[in-house]
Amino acid sequence: MVIKTEPFILNIGPQHPSTHGVFRMKVTLDGEVVVDVEPVIGYLHRGIEKMGENRTYTQIIPLTDRLDYLASLTNNLAYVLAVEKLADIKVPERAEYLRIIMAEAMRISSHLMAVGFFLNDLGAMMTPVLYMWREREKLLDLFEMVCGQRLTYNYMRIGGVSHDIPEEFLPALKKFVAEMPRFLDEYDQLLATNEIVLVRAKGVGVLPKKTAINIAASGPVLRASGVKWDTRKADPYSIYDRFDFDIPVGSSGDNYDRYWVRMQEMRQSVRILEQAIGQLPNGEVIADVPQLLRPPVGEAYGHIEAPKGELGFYLVSDNSIAPYRFHIHPPTLINLTALKDMAVGWKIADLIITFGSIDVVLGEIDR
Amino acid sequence: MTTALNAEQVARKINKAFPGVVVAADKAAVVVTSESLFKVAEFLKNTPGLDFDYLGDMAGVDYTDYFEVVYRLVSVTHNHSLVLKTRCYDREKPVVPSITSLWRAAYFPERETYDLLGIIFEGHPDLKRLLLWEGFEGHPLRRDYL
Repeated sequence: MVIKTEPFILNIGPQHPSTHGVFRMKVTLDGEVVVDVEPVIGYLHRGIEKMGENRTYTQIIPLTDRLDYLASLTNNLAYVLAVEKLADIKVPERAEYLRIIMAEAMRISSHLMAVGFFLNDLGAMMTPVLYMWREREKLLDLFEMVCGQRLTYNYMRIGGVSHDIPEEFLPALKKFVAEMPRFLDEYDQLLATNEIVLVRAKGVGVLPKKTAINIAASGPVLRASGVKWDTRKADPYSIYDRFDFDIPVGSSGDNYDRYWVRMQEMRQSVRILEQAIGQLPNGEVIADVPQLLRPPVGEAYGHIEAPKGELGFYLVSDNSIAPYRFHIHPPTLINLTALKDMAVGWKIADLIITFGSIDVVLGEIDR
Repeated sequence: MTTALNAEQVARKINKAFPGVVVAADKAAVVVTSESLFKVAEFLKNTPGLDFDYLGDMAGVDYTDYFEVVYRLVSVTHNHSLVLKTRCYDREKPVVPSITSLWRAAYFPERETYDLLGIIFEGHPDLKRLLLWEGFEGHPLRRDYL
């Protein structure tokens, strides 16, 4: 007797621990095998682009904190760079270095979360996350020293940063930089050759190089597919051209490569931090910028390599105190285009880890 | 450093291939007619030497007289970029051809621009609202939406 089967539609989310926020996947299943995935988003839509049109340029900075809330400082950076491009503002040297220090520390913090929760999705419930949080906690303490916040920092300003670092900051950061490679070795020891990680992640959720470029993937997702493209090198902003670092590139574009690229990037960020601490000059931390900025009529696009990919801000000015148009280019939304390519043909359990390997934050996707 | 190509020079190349499609061009951007957008985009993607294989960003702007759609094209092969724009003047039913079949990167941004600005992308595989719910009335990023 032949058993009749038919495809089955399953909604994963919006409230589900593996969706990293309020995200819904409409999955079509053939037994356990994924036939189709459709991401459904918008549950966290706050209309940040519209709100931006009614705020002054400075008032928008706290809004950017709430995009990718696991990497607020890099959001701040991308936005202020776009405004500085628009209004042609020069930033003091010390502020440039402080921005780099904050951005790279933020990258480590964000990647620790990404890797930790990736392993969570693999089924290693909470243990790896707690190991990662041990280090992330130190970074949060550092950020708290500087701006009093642990999540939404609102630290960067147009023309510099809000205030200088306190005395105890540099010794604590130096200690962190000295210790971090050893902790990364420890993670590698536990995970890099772990049989369960290898079996579950190697060869699963492959994103070919050509597709990765065509869907304009960015960040670790693009580099894991073997494309050597990092905005810090390809189109250096701020003072990234002064630092010596490598771009880790994967070979096969599978889940393991995306995990591996993030682990290597943390090592590179530690290298950048070391150099930035060594070169940090004294001086002003903010340029003389009018309190109510009115940039000339025109437009500017500022983009950076955020931890999750290329984050861009497109601003159109009509010479008033608020931008005429405030557009955000969110890296994870674009990376999400690849989810279907990566997940179709694999089991539903693999879909969960493939989704985890993109490293999404819904604040940024829904805006 | 990503080289921003001189848009005037690229505009000349476009004009040679498709006479009359360039509306305006300065150093920063090329503006083409909305009817010709798809073939111009295809030309920019497939012409050797230009090879725009990566869609860096896409945004719609409401200038009240017209809508402008801005495409930031990047070539990962040559590390250069170009800003391509198109305008549509019909407020009731603004239509722009979809470029999702060239760069799948445009899949979500086109849905988002349709959702928030009401620009219809002809040829998009599944054009529906992205961030707002089905049944929402109006397009919030239009300047006349309060």
